[in-house]
Amino acid sequence: MQPVQAAAELSAGHSSARPSRREQLRTVLAGDLGPVPVLVGLAGIWIFFQTQNANFLTARNLSNLILQMAVVTVLAIATVVVMTAGEIDLSLGSVTGVTSALLGVLLTNDHWPVAAALAATFALGLGIGALQGAVTVFVGVPSFIVTLGGFLAWSGLQLSLIGAAGDLPVNNGTIAQIANAYLAPSTAWALAAGCVAFFAIVELARRRERRGAAVGSIRPLVLVLRVCAVAAFAFGLVVFLNTNFGVPFVLLVFSGVALVVGWLMRRTIFGRYIYAVGGNAEASRRAGVPVAVVRIGVLAISGLLAGLAGVISTSNLYATSAGVGGSILLLEAIAAAVIGGTSLFGGRGRVYHAVLGALVVASVENGLALLGKPASTEDMATGVILVLAVSLDALNRRRRAATGQ
Amino acid sequence: MTPPMPLLATSGKRDVPPFLRLRGVRKRFGGVVALRGVDLSVHAGEVIALVGDNGAGKSTLIKTIAGVLRADDGDFFVDGNRVELATPHAATSLGIATVYQDLALCDNLDVVANLFLGGEMGRGPLPGLLRRLSDPEMEREARATLTRLGADVPSLRRPVAGLSGGQRQAVAVGRALLWGSRLVILDEPTAALGVRQTAQVLELVRRLADHGQAVIFISHSLPDVFAVADRICVLRLGSNAGDFAVRETSSQEIVAAMTGSLPAAGAM
Repeated sequence: MQPVQAAAELSAGHSSARPSRREQLRTVLAGDLGPVPVLVGLAGIWIFFQTQNANFLTARNLSNLILQMAVVTVLAIATVVVMTAGEIDLSLGSVTGVTSALLGVLLTNDHWPVAAALAATFALGLGIGALQGAVTVFVGVPSFIVTLGGFLAWSGLQLSLIGAAGDLPVNNGTIAQIANAYLAPSTAWALAAGCVAFFAIVELARRRERRGAAVGSIRPLVLVLRVCAVAAFAFGLVVFLNTNFGVPFVLLVFSGVALVVGWLMRRTIFGRYIYAVGGNAEASRRAGVPVAVVRIGVLAISGLLAGLAGVISTSNLYATSAGVGGSILLLEAIAAAVIGGTSLFGGRGRVYHAVLGALVVASVENGLALLGKPASTEDMATGVILVLAVSLDALNRRRRAATGQ
Repeated sequence: MTPPMPLLATSGKRDVPPFLRLRGVRKRFGGVVALRGVDLSVHAGEVIALVGDNGAGKSTLIKTIAGVLRADDGDFFVDGNRVELATPHAATSLGIATVYQDLALCDNLDVVANLFLGGEMGRGPLPGLLRRLSDPEMEREARATLTRLGADVPSLRRPVAGLSGGQRQAVAVGRALLWGSRLVILDEPTAALGVRQTAQVLELVRRLADHGQAVIFISHSLPDVFAVADRICVLRLGSNAGDFAVRETSSQEIVAAMTGSLPAAGAM
């Protein structure tokens, strides 16, 4: 996983002028807490459920948790992209549903080959997103309204695709693998080692780049500690999950999405423009940022990711049904993004923090189900946690404003 | 880029043509005549203060220079050559940068990102917007630019929301410098600032000129104008109402020109 930019790296000066301890402390106290609040919240939730039911923190339940969080995580990542640009996509759930329905119809009724059916499914998601983006930009209707219309229209299309029966079995081996397969232990080890090596190489390359440009770079010790932390996390997870069925394949899918989208947001010019447009669209326009391209782009990415969520849902159920993408899925995704610190007003949001937010939402759901609580309790608890998270963020921001940060 | 030159408070009588010269610029909005044939010139390394009462036409004039408004009549010369300033892009490509009062910064982005917004350095095999940001190089350039401006910005990696008014102004001006502009137009840069920050911004303006930039500086504050300008151009009711070398004039004379109790001295 990419690192969260640590204060040490955000150095002010040449390599000699690293920020002092005091400066770092000031940054933390001034409210730039990064993923700390969501991590603290997550720890609290896990400890609570573990004390209530000793089965919560077992390999088996963690495995379940990963399977359960996949769809919400993918949609939360989509929400971060869109909301950071100052837009919103209310059609995420419906697009998940309609893409799932298309996949089911193509595979089960029309007997398409898997690759073609998947391509068509992703194309539908991407197309819907791009269409909604184009209407937002060229007609000038706010994305809230365009995607609210989409929310209704695409779920209507979903129902008509599935037909009167209301569901459609999908007995395709390949599709079923996505959300139900586990990695063989040796594959998991190899992948974990590959991830750690990749992380180390990327970190070293970035350090060399910064040194080459004579701007502040991280200390070698910090770099080594970071690589060790990533290694400990990756190998620890593999060891733990291998005591049960192994590492779920779907973990690779959504981690890969997080990695790619995180890279896009933080390391590319397009990503920089997403933050710029969300921060000050008028200033961006005057600076020559292609605001229209950014807006259409984020909604198209959102549609594409909803298509992926549709595929995962279908795999999970071995079927598609009228219920896919419905209920409070959209709101859970937005909640996950916001719990992860995404601003509702644009300009602020981190993909990895949203993944943690999704883990919070999924943990509450999973934990309450484990305690035998009904869905009504889950909804209430998720609601309370969402408001709590945003309240903490609002208080934090007010303090930041007060200290002039 | 023009090397720094000695700052002579003459009224533009030099061998080199002025960087920018305006002749007979007119602009009307329906029945309202905003500019009635204004002349103006600014040399490299010179700070011109544009003053005048509300409605004198200062904003309209700089908007025609910035290419935001199109003049109905009049000629524009850059380095002695006649040019069209029909669009903001045309003005920018001729080296004319305008820093508006709102500064047009993205508060959520850091100093480096704001300085390079719209002109990021990229690298890598991917095309267009998917190019990787060359953050280390941009940070180095940003630091060099701000050092040239003598700007004291605590951290280049902090969101600009946390900067003071003077520091934000420095970032906005830094954008102009970084993009290779030769004339920087500042619209009321000190209007919302305290005493210390005003001093910082005036210092910034002086440094711009010392680096060979031409500067047009709009202000309502005569002390600021006298502190930093080489020449003061007074507009009144859309016409030139005087052009004074700072060393040879006084606030009383400027106020008199602004309010019209002096006969218009169209000395250009």
